[in-house]
Amino acid sequence: MRKFWLATLLALLFTGLAANAALAQQPTPSDDEVNAIAKQLYCPVCENTPLDVCPTQACAQWRELIREKLAAGWTEQQIKDYFVEMYGERVLGAPPARGLNWLAYIVPPVVILAGVYVLWRGMRTWKQPLQAASPSVDVPPSDEYVARLEEELRKR
Amino acid sequence: MIANFGFGALVITFLVSLYGAAAAFYGARKNSPAWIESARSAMLLTFPLLTLVALTLIYLLVSASYEVEYVASVTSNSMPFYLRVTALWGGQAGSLIFWSWTMSAFASAVTLRNWERDREFLPWVILVSLVTLAFFLLMSILVENPFERIWQISTGSIVVSMFQPAGSVLVFPSDGNGLNPLLRHPGMIIHPPMLYLGFVSFVIPYAFAIAALVTGRTDDRWIRITRRWTLVAWLFLSLGLVLGGRWAYDVLGWGGYWGWDPVEIAAFMPWLTGTAFLHSVVIQEKRNMLKHWNMVLIILTYDLVIFGTFLTRSGVLSSVHAFAQSAIGPLFFSFISLTFVISLALLGRRWGELKANVQMTSLFSREALFLVNNLLFIGILVVCFWGVIFPILSEALGFIGSAIPALADTFTGQKVTFGPPYYERATAPLFAGLLFLMGVAPLAAWRHSTAKTLGRAVWKPGLASLLVPVLAYLLDVRHWAALLAFWLCGFVIFVTLYEFWRAARARQRSQGESLGLALWNLAGRNRRRYGGYIIHLGVVLMALGIIGIEMFQTETQGTLARGGELTLGRYTVVYNDLAVFDLLDEGRNVARSVVNVYQDGQYVGDLYPRRDYYYESQQPMTIPGVRSTLEDDLYVLLVDWQPISTQGATFKVYHNPLVNWLWLGGIVFILGTLVAAWPDPEEPLPAPARLPAVEAGVQS
Repeated sequence: MRKFWLATLLALLFTGLAANAALAQQPTPSDDEVNAIAKQLYCPVCENTPLDVCPTQACAQWRELIREKLAAGWTEQQIKDYFVEMYGERVLGAPPARGLNWLAYIVPPVVILAGVYVLWRGMRTWKQPLQAASPSVDVPPSDEYVARLEEELRKR
Repeated sequence: MIANFGFGALVITFLVSLYGAAAAFYGARKNSPAWIESARSAMLLTFPLLTLVALTLIYLLVSASYEVEYVASVTSNSMPFYLRVTALWGGQAGSLIFWSWTMSAFASAVTLRNWERDREFLPWVILVSLVTLAFFLLMSILVENPFERIWQISTGSIVVSMFQPAGSVLVFPSDGNGLNPLLRHPGMIIHPPMLYLGFVSFVIPYAFAIAALVTGRTDDRWIRITRRWTLVAWLFLSLGLVLGGRWAYDVLGWGGYWGWDPVEIAAFMPWLTGTAFLHSVVIQEKRNMLKHWNMVLIILTYDLVIFGTFLTRSGVLSSVHAFAQSAIGPLFFSFISLTFVISLALLGRRWGELKANVQMTSLFSREALFLVNNLLFIGILVVCFWGVIFPILSEALGFIGSAIPALADTFTGQKVTFGPPYYERATAPLFAGLLFLMGVAPLAAWRHSTAKTLGRAVWKPGLASLLVPVLAYLLDVRHWAALLAFWLCGFVIFVTLYEFWRAARARQRSQGESLGLALWNLAGRNRRRYGGYIIHLGVVLMALGIIGIEMFQTETQGTLARGGELTLGRYTVVYNDLAVFDLLDEGRNVARSVVNVYQDGQYVGDLYPRRDYYYESQQPMTIPGVRSTLEDDLYVLLVDWQPISTQGATFKVYHNPLVNWLWLGGIVFILGTLVAAWPDPEEPLPAPARLPAVEAGVQS
């Protein structure tokens, strides 16, 4: 009999603990967890304001929305996708690289690499003696012949 | 009517500028000194006229003449006198007047200089200045007229117009909307005029460049004349940028100083090309190279200045539709395109004459490294420009998607955001490259530097600077990028100090001066070089602050009951009190909290983060409580509070390591620019005898 009572007590204790543990596993997501995601999103109504610092009421509600989604077990990616779905790609700090947006990522490095190439070429031609060269500017030169003519005229 | 008087003066100024531009052109063509003199008088007349316009507007602002729409939109009864005056640049229409006024002041000052040696430049400098001025005045007259008044027409509706519509009466509102509360901050009062002064003064070197292209006097005379102007322009622009960052840190309440917002970038872009220009003109002066490139840089800077004024003021950034609706967009766009094309055409015409007959002797020479520096600056510019333009482009090209269904997925017409993640990733390596060059270039000689000589000069400070990342590692910095960045900072500091020391030592030995006097004389004799080095030191200090806040910022947020605490790193913040009260004479409601700050368990003081709510503009403003030391800033924001009981409040706490060095570096930076730009006596003194040793080390 005593064993039975002990077992019941233990069982009760364990279920209690288990229930507690279950509660502990699902706390309200903290502000920091919410902000970690909000930081990566932009306020859909204010210009260029990250969601985590936007002081408007609307943004406070959006942060609460993130908290609810987190509490419902959504992952970070799911929440971001949800915001993109609802408010468009502008809520992301950098546009996803697809479609026309590829240009956003390709153009600057291409231009810079072109600059490196022009500079490299420029330096090589410069190093060749007695050959006047143009610096790294991609402006169309005027007529080569006229330029040379004028050059020679000025030498006289 | 005073508003009519102001508008009249504005129109007259516009006509005078048009006349002056025409007279300058005719005088230059006909080679007529009388016409050029007349153009110069017209130029000089614009300044008193515009002073009249500006004073009229200031009078209207100060006298609370709310029947004038601009006055009603930027001032209110609760604003003190000085804010009413500074409201001159509180809105778009007033800013444009301010722009023209300072532009006219600068251009007038230039025309008053001694032109004996440069007569042929004069009409063209006047022409460029006056055409630019006339454009801005035209914008003021047609689109952004600050003197427009509010009328009620017979149907009862309200109309804003310069002249009285038939059968209407003037409306006298009893109060205005008031200045945007965010702008009611000392930083914001000085920041816009500084930026504008920077913008405006870059017009002067551009005007001289165009004069050189038109007249064919394409030696480096135009560069020598405008050297100081360029530095002054750059000084103002840098000051404007730093003040803007400080303002954002103090007022915007997001724990940062720079958000890669398009408006910030608009001011940053002319600074980038201006900085590249400041470096590359040195090559033209020393080596007679890069003449084309300097022209391109100053043309770019000028058009980026106009573009920047336009971006910050037009609302185009919020949407392309705003661009299409406002007349200001197409006008600006046309002016920028026109000046750009004409400038390039002029450059094309002189292309052959600008060719240099000198060669690049070594890839490790100072001039080659300066070229790489230019490439990096332009690289950053490309990233910035594309980041600002692409969202507009992507939205504008949406019509292709809607016209051709097959392309609907590509041309979505969706607006996209380019935030810090995009810019930081793209520019960080370029900035690191600039830091590296800042360390290497001062050690490279002009012309004949080789890998070997350069290596010999670099290895000592290079090795010494390794101490910095080692120290950082011992202080628990583990991130490779941070270690690299710290090393670069250390490298530049070592090289720069080494340069000062080496030159001062040489002088000390040769002249028998004390070390302090030797340093003073060095800086005095070659101010551009040593001013430049001081600027470099300032940049590195700023870089330290930026690395600190960008890579090591931590934050936490929590809702506290009274007495509750939040811990972040070594700091604990305890919520002590909160009071909510009205300051009716200032038109705001204030929620001010008191928090106690503990560092490692030691009480170190109180902070008062607060939230002001401005009734007129219905805008909240979050003012952080900041505890600032050289080591770090503790930055506390009041995010929210329970309105009924004031018992619970939400705080956001940022830990910003090293950020104070950003501001200190800014001060060093500005001091260095002052050293470099300080005016010389008219006739330079004969150069003192210097030892060959000094010459060899200090060939700048």
